[in-house]
Amino acid sequence: MAEPLLAIDRLDVFHGDFQALYGVEAEIAAGEMVAVIGANGAGKTTLLSALAGLLPRPAAAIRWQGSPIGALRADRVARLGIALVPEGRLLFPSLTIEENLIIGGRMGRRGPWGLEAVYRLFPILRERRAFAPAQLSGGQQQMAAIGRALMANPALILIDEISLGLAPVVVRQLYEVLPAIVGEGMAAIVVEQDTSRALSVSRRFYCLQEGRVALAGASGSVTREAIGRAYFGV
Amino acid sequence: MEWVNAVLQGTLLGGLYALFAAGLSLIFGVMRLVNIAHGDLIVLAAYLALSITAGFGLHPLLALLLVVPAMGLLGYALQRGLINFTMGGDILPPLLVTFGLSVIIQNGLLMGYTADPQKLQAGALETASLTLLGLTAGVLPLLTFALAVAVIGALQWMFYRTAMGRAFRATSDRQDVALLMGLNRAHVFGLAMALSLAVTAIAGVLLGIRTGFDPAGGGARLIFGFEAVIIGGLGNLWGTLAGGVILGIAQAIGGQIHPGLQILAGHLVFLAVLAVRPRGLFPKMEG
Ligand SMILES: Nc1ncnc2c1ncn2[C@@H]1O[C@H](COP(=O)(O)OP(=O)(O)OP(=O)(O)O)[C@@H](O)[C@H]1O
Ligand SMILES: [Mg+2]
Repeated sequence: MAEPLLAIDRLDVFHGDFQALYGVEAEIAAGEMVAVIGANGAGKTTLLSALAGLLPRPAAAIRWQGSPIGALRADRVARLGIALVPEGRLLFPSLTIEENLIIGGRMGRRGPWGLEAVYRLFPILRERRAFAPAQLSGGQQQMAAIGRALMANPALILIDEISLGLAPVVVRQLYEVLPAIVGEGMAAIVVEQDTSRALSVSRRFYCLQEGRVALAGASGSVTREAIGRAYFGV
Repeated sequence: MEWVNAVLQGTLLGGLYALFAAGLSLIFGVMRLVNIAHGDLIVLAAYLALSITAGFGLHPLLALLLVVPAMGLLGYALQRGLINFTMGGDILPPLLVTFGLSVIIQNGLLMGYTADPQKLQAGALETASLTLLGLTAGVLPLLTFALAVAVIGALQWMFYRTAMGRAFRATSDRQDVALLMGLNRAHVFGLAMALSLAVTAIAGVLLGIRTGFDPAGGGARLIFGFEAVIIGGLGNLWGTLAGGVILGIAQAIGGQIHPGLQILAGHLVFLAVLAVRPRGLFPKMEG
């Protein structure tokens, strides 16, 4: 098999003294969509933060196209083409929506995404471009956060809880655009509490339980019972 | 009429205070750093201009062409070589380091230039004045005020209209998310300190022409700048100009009542503002 885009090998991550991930093994190929599921506190956000370089992690535990990147600062990781849509969106409150998008594209990586393309994907953002993030609804903010990450034209986009706190109709809209995003050749790791939704959009999944990969496999063939066991550890 | 005149002189003096304050305001806004050495860096810039004017026989305003970039470079180097190592957790370490820097600069200047007061010689500019409607204003104070407005206007433009300004605001908002945009925090902080000290260079040269300076004079400049920032409201550059003007007017009116009251009146107005509006008169709107 060809070198995966990203390979995770025996990844331990700590929050201070508290160990949140234990020997996580995972990988993702270019253009692939992978779901990470798991209960509250299972370590999903910790995993994405560590991949993005926001948490200390063993230097050799994360390989990008074969090279170890575990020792890189987050801004260096971003330059490789790994973009994070953080949990809770975390737009820059003192930047307008358009400025939030522009700053997402400041690294100047080439690719299909730019202001125009993001506005075509989320037309409401064009209307709201001069607004402050706080003036937008939660769903619109999530669109802006996704748009900000897309602006970087990443090779891998990490999306933490697309649906958190959003109305079901908005969640459905956001999931409808996901294939369009990944269709552009971008790989995606999608973290989601809503298991069935996550499994329906992804090709493969990893289920975390208390910091360990409890189950992994093809999203299409896994049974509810297996997921339930891996999810809750019963 | 003499009261009107006092207000005018105070307003123009406020321009100088705004220049003391603008750099302080900028770095506090971007990295929440209170730079205790700010006043001493103003004085350092004045001494740098002194050496340049003496060495090359340049007019002090022309010396700005060298002092501004020199102070900017010094700012970048200081931030990346020293202050950055203290940032990121507790607010105390950077405070202590800049305090130490203040002591070092004062003593370094004392060794290099002695304790004698110095002045930058600007020739006719020092005494030239304009009279309009019975009011007389010195050309130098007018020029200072105009420069203060120009500097603050330029900073405002940079902050809200340029990529660098976006990077400053983003870093100020959320440092970790700014990293995700590929922004190198150490470099962004270095740029902010470079700009801060570039403004400090202008302040130092104008101070040097106007009143003269000595190695121990930094503390008072820090306090005036700090008061202007607080009166105007944290994070608001035009507010900082207004704060400088209010401080200048308070001092001028105090001095008009009794010469000994000049400085005290400024401090009293500062305390009054702090008591009534702890976030300053024009705090930045929260989004
Ligand atoms: N900053 C932190 N300091 C200490 N412990 C933390 C910190 N952040 C997370 N943890 C702990 O690490 C574990 C994993 O948390 P994480 O946020 O990664 O879970 P999650 O799967 O994203 O949960 P959720 O579905 O609630 O978002 C939890 O036990 C949590 O309490
Ligand atoms: Mg989470």
